[in-house]
Amino acid sequence: MMSTRTATATAFPAPHAQSPARPKNLVRLPRLRRIAAPLLFLAAWQAAVALGLIGARLMPPPSAIAESFWHLAISNQLLPSLLVSLARVTVGLAIGVAAGTALGLVTGLSRLGEDLLDPTLQMLRTLPHLALIPLMILWFGIGEVPKIVLIALGAAFPIYLNLYAAIRGADRKLFEVAATIGLSFPETVAHLILPASLPGFLVGLRQALGVAWITLVVAEQINASAGIGYLIMNAREFLETDIIFVGLCLYAVLGLATDYAVRLLETRLLAWRPSTLGALGRRA
Amino acid sequence: MNAAPPVPAAQVIGLTRSFGGPPVLDRLSLSLRRGEFAALLGRSGTGKSTLLRTLAGLDPAPAGSVRVPAARAVVFQEPRLFPWRRVWHNIALGLRFADARSRALAALAEVGLSHRAQAWPLTLSGGEAQRAAVARALVRQPELLLLDEPFGALDALTRLRMQTLLLRLWQNHRPAVLLVTHDVDEALLLADRVLVLENGRIALDRPVTLPRPRHPAHPDHARLREHLLASLGAGQSDREQS
Repeated sequence: MMSTRTATATAFPAPHAQSPARPKNLVRLPRLRRIAAPLLFLAAWQAAVALGLIGARLMPPPSAIAESFWHLAISNQLLPSLLVSLARVTVGLAIGVAAGTALGLVTGLSRLGEDLLDPTLQMLRTLPHLALIPLMILWFGIGEVPKIVLIALGAAFPIYLNLYAAIRGADRKLFEVAATIGLSFPETVAHLILPASLPGFLVGLRQALGVAWITLVVAEQINASAGIGYLIMNAREFLETDIIFVGLCLYAVLGLATDYAVRLLETRLLAWRPSTLGALGRRA
Repeated sequence: MNAAPPVPAAQVIGLTRSFGGPPVLDRLSLSLRRGEFAALLGRSGTGKSTLLRTLAGLDPAPAGSVRVPAARAVVFQEPRLFPWRRVWHNIALGLRFADARSRALAALAEVGLSHRAQAWPLTLSGGEAQRAAVARALVRQPELLLLDEPFGALDALTRLRMQTLLLRLWQNHRPAVLLVTHDVDEALLLADRVLVLENGRIALDRPVTLPRPRHPAHPDHARLREHLLASLGAGQSDREQS
């Protein structure tokens, strides 16, 4: 609905309806509409608690959650927890992505690598990595190592599977072009295989991020002395429901932020795709 | 094993190719002269593309001998540009020259696509993309240019423009051209030799001596056209030609 309205408003000056010269108030109006529903929900929640429809003890109102968020922030408990959790995900993800990429490249680019590794990896991926927690604790204790290993394991497989499939799914017709214009194998990798598999890799990266956050949540709840999970577990002990909600909000914000980062990466790296071109508004 | 002049641009002797069933190409022999524009006609499934792909080095030649120059280029029915490389970069890929980029830009200018050099391929129109594909072939200065129904997917007007462009480029650079097409009119408009492939062999090999620029109204043109259509077995209902 909104797009029709903006289109008619700008139809006169130019056929490029997506041009950056679009009036500002027309951009803001749809945004306002989008956040209207969450705001209404929060207001209803607040009202329900105030009217006594919901018990404040198990379901604290948004205002109380905001308040305890503020208390935690100024008493310097929030940022350290956030950083600890972020560090776990970052390190685990980095290792997982590196491993998944290396495996995907080896199996994607060489038949030998495929025969040697792919069956084993396809078998391993069916094993839910969270089931390894008891083993991880026995092997690595209860420090940072088992958490990071678990996150890395969870993140590696989506990367591997998507990259491998993307490399193998690259357009055969373009390989014929590469042959007729005399590209060497390294050139074919650089100009054809890697760019062709980048969209698949980024899909894998997004999935890996999702898995990494879930793994973090689970791993942090088992035994932790720092991090968002620790904050939540601690709050449970003392029935501080508001702090549990603060922790949940942090997880949500972190998840959103990283997803946004990948999307930003996509628009940068996949600038050649028509969908991206449309989003950037530059049909050169 | 035709009466070929000293050094043919491409030579095929006794090429046989089958995909499990009866051979698609059956002891086929063909020689292309340097600078010659040959059109290869045939109904669909007669192995036109297989022959072209063999000459391009994309298909193996298990039986028979195929001699082709190293400098050869292919234009496929689809543009087949790398969508993640800018148009000029697509043209320059694989060129082993220090000035690959300026050569690519010159080739783009020659096909009238200078203004799209920086564009992403997926933003090109069908005709523009195919012109880029022609530029990519041209920039390699081929002695043998292989065209696999290059204008089949274009609308009539764009096809006409592309045919004119191709003719001009051929006259300027003089590669030997093998144009695979199912369009008799296209063959008669462009080629100075028409080949018809049937049952795995060259069933018809006719020089086209009509004066250029060609006019379909020319009486010899019409006669040759009828003859070719008849030899393609299109006397009945299923005339593929436009």
